[in-house]
Amino acid sequence: MLKIKNRFNAERDISGCGLCGIINAKKVKTNGSDIKKAISVEHDRGNGLGGGFAVYGNYRDYAELYAFHIMYDNLPAKADVEEYLRKNFIIEKEEPIPIFRTSKIYDHPYLHRYFIKPKSDRQDKLFHELGDDDFVVNSVMLINQNYDGAYVFSSGKNMGAFKGVGYPEDIADFYKLEEIEGYMWTAHNRFPTNTPGWWGGAHPFTLLDWSIVHNGEISSYGINKRYLEMYKYNLALRTDTEVITYILDLLIRKHRLPVRIALTVLAPPFYQKIDKMDGDKKELFTALRQIYGSALLNGPFAIVFGYSNGMVAMNDRIKLRPLVAASSGDFTYVASEEAAIRAVCPSPDMIWSPKAGEPVMVEFEEKKVPQKGGLINL
Amino acid sequence: MITIDAAGMHYKELNRLIREGIANGVKKFFLENVNGQYYIGDGIKGDDVVININGIPGNDLGAFMDGPTLIVNNNAQDNIGNTMNAGKIIIKGDAGDVVGYGMRGGRIYILGNAGYRVGIHMKGYNEQLPVIIIGGKIGSFFAEYMAGGVIVLLGLGLEDYDELDSDYFASGMHGGTIYLRKKIDFSKYSKEAELYEADEKDMDFLKKYLTDYADSFNIQAEEIYKKPFYKIVPSSARPYAHLYTSA
Repeated sequence: MLKIKNRFNAERDISGCGLCGIINAKKVKTNGSDIKKAISVEHDRGNGLGGGFAVYGNYRDYAELYAFHIMYDNLPAKADVEEYLRKNFIIEKEEPIPIFRTSKIYDHPYLHRYFIKPKSDRQDKLFHELGDDDFVVNSVMLINQNYDGAYVFSSGKNMGAFKGVGYPEDIADFYKLEEIEGYMWTAHNRFPTNTPGWWGGAHPFTLLDWSIVHNGEISSYGINKRYLEMYKYNLALRTDTEVITYILDLLIRKHRLPVRIALTVLAPPFYQKIDKMDGDKKELFTALRQIYGSALLNGPFAIVFGYSNGMVAMNDRIKLRPLVAASSGDFTYVASEEAAIRAVCPSPDMIWSPKAGEPVMVEFEEKKVPQKGGLINL
Repeated sequence: MITIDAAGMHYKELNRLIREGIANGVKKFFLENVNGQYYIGDGIKGDDVVININGIPGNDLGAFMDGPTLIVNNNAQDNIGNTMNAGKIIIKGDAGDVVGYGMRGGRIYILGNAGYRVGIHMKGYNEQLPVIIIGGKIGSFFAEYMAGGVIVLLGLGLEDYDELDSDYFASGMHGGTIYLRKKIDFSKYSKEAELYEADEKDMDFLKKYLTDYADSFNIQAEEIYKKPFYKIVPSSARPYAHLYTSA
């Protein structure tokens, strides 16, 4: 069982979480200064008990390896986890995550990262044949549940989560995000409501390439948790947001639902709307609600969800949390407040408020290859 | 008259400067480079105070405001005019969610669209008559639990009007009046309110506000009157009187 050390002031101000996301559809990379600037406009939406970022495209040199970010409360925990990793993974490279101590972030766990791939002759093969992704998921669950004082907070390829207790702009300085480049960024400013503010509890929540930042409360947490546990997900982090990451992993990676359909499971139309649909559509939505009723998210939420093919921002079905989106050339921005977008993109081509339950989806464009003898589209 | 450059300024400092200015007799303010500062104009008094805002004001613009006029030359965020008591807020772009929550007096004019939950819990009493006029379209839960006051929904420039009415339109409405320029089958939204054609008395009442609205945005008043007005009023002041008891 994971022990939560909480040395942080739990005094509460009236506020709500804030989130931001920036994606370049052509995979042009930017450093972390824009996302830091955008989320810092939403400073007053959090209370310093959690800030974090996810970046995609930052580990180009190790793009084929799983990048594990692990936080340790003590060195024995590090020795134990490393023993497990050495037994089961080929460790190509490992190093402390570069940090810069500031007066604002001084109390932190030991942060280390590993670029690894599962061994082909690892022990679990005696009992079952798991794909690499499945084995990584099992390993993350195992470490987070059974290794006291250790917590894997990032495990994807060519992406990473950087998070902790503090305001997001201070967390950005702490991890030196201005020196990191990526083609997609998400950010979160936390105002913990029902669960403690601790380093592992900051957003984003990630598993493999999935990352989630979330503003809201998942009141269906109990149902979602029991449902996920049937599929051997272990929910050890004491926060509702975790379920969203695992539901998406289950629906998209394991059950192979298209992303658009998986999102419909999270925020499905009400039955009175389904009743008015016709034919195939009605049948599809009815089936989804029946099969995946336990994966439905109830309660207010706005989420930004990053994965290897793109980014999604979405509200709950009756829009109980704010969300604004804007586009400018190949960039798409999403945020809790328009001001956050304007801080980094003063005159977007388009700016709008997405409707309840209707996702803003951006997928990376495949590189266009010029045709022989002429230019494309001519 | 004073000009405040709000670039990078925290809302506490910005609002302190505004309050200080009002206390010192300043009547006209120009706020430049506003971006996301919360609570601008909250609780301030003074019928002759006018605050011009360039940039995007943050949430809770003009909450509890009691007299002054706020002019926003861009879009504005959520919770505009929360529990506002008197004065005027003019938005020359779009407004976010929850415009005029619990509003009990004054006027809010929006040139563009407004988000979800416009006028929720809006109320009026005797001469206290809050008025919201929206030029574009609106999100769901429009006028939810409306208890008083007036909301006018113009849908200017919307040809088919499809997006003018939305889910849960006026659900729980039990006071006040909604005017709109579209005949809708209201029974599909709410059993608590009814749709009528606006009569002469209604149009007389509206004239003052619509003229003021048109002047605020330099639009032709004739444009507004091109289509007939309809009104929605609650069928009962106490729709749930017998929810838990027999009649």
